[in-house]
Amino acid sequence: MSTTLAPSLSDIWDADRSWTLKTYSEHHGYEAWRRAIHTDPAKLIETVKDSGLRGRGGAGFPTGLKWSFLPKPDGGPRYLVVNADESEPGTCKDMPLLLANPHALIEGIAITSFAIGSNHAFIYVRGEVVHVYRRLLAAVNEAREAGLLGENVLGTGYHLEVTVHAGAGAYICGEETALLDSLEGRRGQPRLKPPFPAVAGLYARPTVVNNVESIASVPGIIRGGADWFSSMGTEKSKGHGLFSLSGHVTRPGQYEAPLGITFRELLDMAGGVRDGRSLKFWTPGGSSTPILTAEHLDLSLDYESVGAAGSMLGTRALQVFDETTSVVRCVTRWTDFYAHESCGKCTPCREGTYWLKQIMHRLEAGQGTESDVDLLLDVCSNIEGRSFCALGDAAAQPITSGIKHFREEFEQGLHTPAWELFPYEANAAFSGATR
Amino acid sequence: MTIDTNGYPPEVHARLGADAQQILARYPEPRSALLPLLHLVQSEDGYVSPAGIAFCAEVLDLSRASVSAVATFYTQYKRRPNGEYTVGICTNTLCAVMGGDAIFDRLSAHLGIGNDETTEDGRITLERVECNAACDYAPVMVINWEFFDNQTPTSALDAVDALIEGRPVTPTRGADSVATFKEVSRVLAGFDDGRANEGVGAGLATLEGLKLARSQGWTAPAMDGSDDALEQGGTSGTQPPGAQPVGDVGSSAERKPTTPADSRADTVEKVDQKGPQA
Repeated sequence: MSTTLAPSLSDIWDADRSWTLKTYSEHHGYEAWRRAIHTDPAKLIETVKDSGLRGRGGAGFPTGLKWSFLPKPDGGPRYLVVNADESEPGTCKDMPLLLANPHALIEGIAITSFAIGSNHAFIYVRGEVVHVYRRLLAAVNEAREAGLLGENVLGTGYHLEVTVHAGAGAYICGEETALLDSLEGRRGQPRLKPPFPAVAGLYARPTVVNNVESIASVPGIIRGGADWFSSMGTEKSKGHGLFSLSGHVTRPGQYEAPLGITFRELLDMAGGVRDGRSLKFWTPGGSSTPILTAEHLDLSLDYESVGAAGSMLGTRALQVFDETTSVVRCVTRWTDFYAHESCGKCTPCREGTYWLKQIMHRLEAGQGTESDVDLLLDVCSNIEGRSFCALGDAAAQPITSGIKHFREEFEQGLHTPAWELFPYEANAAFSGATR
Repeated sequence: MTIDTNGYPPEVHARLGADAQQILARYPEPRSALLPLLHLVQSEDGYVSPAGIAFCAEVLDLSRASVSAVATFYTQYKRRPNGEYTVGICTNTLCAVMGGDAIFDRLSAHLGIGNDETTEDGRITLERVECNAACDYAPVMVINWEFFDNQTPTSALDAVDALIEGRPVTPTRGADSVATFKEVSRVLAGFDDGRANEGVGAGLATLEGLKLARSQGWTAPAMDGSDDALEQGGTSGTQPPGAQPVGDVGSSAERKPTTPADSRADTVEKVDQKGPQA
């Protein structure tokens, strides 16, 4: 049976001035919040648990369960922090979502904050997307003026502050504990867990950290019910999700579908690989998820199936590369990225990414040495699992999966530059690109 | 290089001090204001100047070394005077492959500057940027953090020449024109410039899936519209904290508890007394 698209969050994106409170209100906006605020918070948490919603930021942890980890209220503050630091290479869903409809997130924040007993929520948005930041600031102001946030929300006595906070350019701040350190005005370096943020998060107080799409999905769950949400998706991967197709496809873009749609179905919807060329490799969820090949076209894109295929669903960032592309070139550039973004806290990641970068550049230039491929694997095995956060593990993924599927291309790096094997001008979206 | 340790002239100091108070009011703890304060300093000086570091240190009662340590961690904080416009070309893998490398090389040759360098007239700073969350519009250029989608070397050169000649340029998805580096820095410090309603809601690639769904008549399942959606389901109940396992197999969650805070959710006070991680 073929799967079709299921526009849910994206359904309003083509409306006139979709980012305004007026337009959102005309599309059921804040109906869920008006009901939720008169509902028992425990019931809200239960509904989100029952919906099967899992974190849309990559890890896939059950969202309602995460909320329920907060300790019992002790009279002190507790916080909701929304991770809008979207920076994973290939990932491009939260920024267009916020540009088109920031109110979906604001409504989700209101419901979530009320459910977990928080009176102050933060949106940590990456600093490199200024118009999204403008739209968020404006949306919070609109919602406050309409009495949906602020003092005495909707006359109930509930109080909710929302602070929109701009980061300043650091991939690592997408890691939840590094994000919290950054939000506290420090260098964005990960913390050792436990304690988890639910117990000691922002200012060492109980804190829920969730991705933009996760929180923006909450109003729909409250309005349509847990059963509505869980009627989409697979047994363990419920609901709708944004799939972002990019690279060598005919119509790159955002495709919102039930989890469990296959890669082949999505690729067909996007018009296939460009110019009738053939698929070489792809990432299911950003550069930190091991690459897959044409063998995996019929893979069901849910957490379990992609995991069983040796990769991860991640952020559903489907980067597509055709047969003109050098795997070595791509892996080299991703390795540069991880070396640049390693925060420097853990030695295996800081030093390891530095050396991986040197080796990859040798191979790309066709100047590798006999032992380089094995050396790459050796360095990777000394990074993986040996750092505080997942950045170190992520840095190893493109290399180990690249060698697994395309070892011969790495070995060709001992004698032939990648740009001779795969002329780079053939890759570009325009003609005449020369190096 | 001489370091200006004297800080800002009194009138500038007073003006920035008033802004700083507005920033501080947004946070429960003052130190959280440091990132927006550094953006504020850049809106004044075009980079994180010695006077700006002194100002942040004074406002937050931190050492200048502490402020510098934070400022140098983040790539958007500039250690040298930045150009009026930062032209960033995404050269992360996907954009590089789609032509970002070629665009960067062409701009670099045209402007006579390399990565993280500024033209002599102070107009343009050229940067290689990491993934800017617009991969479906590759190759992507950002000018002062506004999107210029689906670039070619020619379109990128045209935009840069316009900036050099003082003509306005219009982002694909963003405000109607690109604000200066200082103006954008002030927005990032949290001061709304009133331009949120400019520009489009969504670009063409953002709408590809929706367009297809509309043409095929595909929709998400209908909501039944009943008022008892919150009454449906409801079998799991609310678990007490710690009742369910956390973390994946092999993650740090498997570490043996060594302190009360590791395993008990109700020992937050003790964690508080130790203070947040320094």
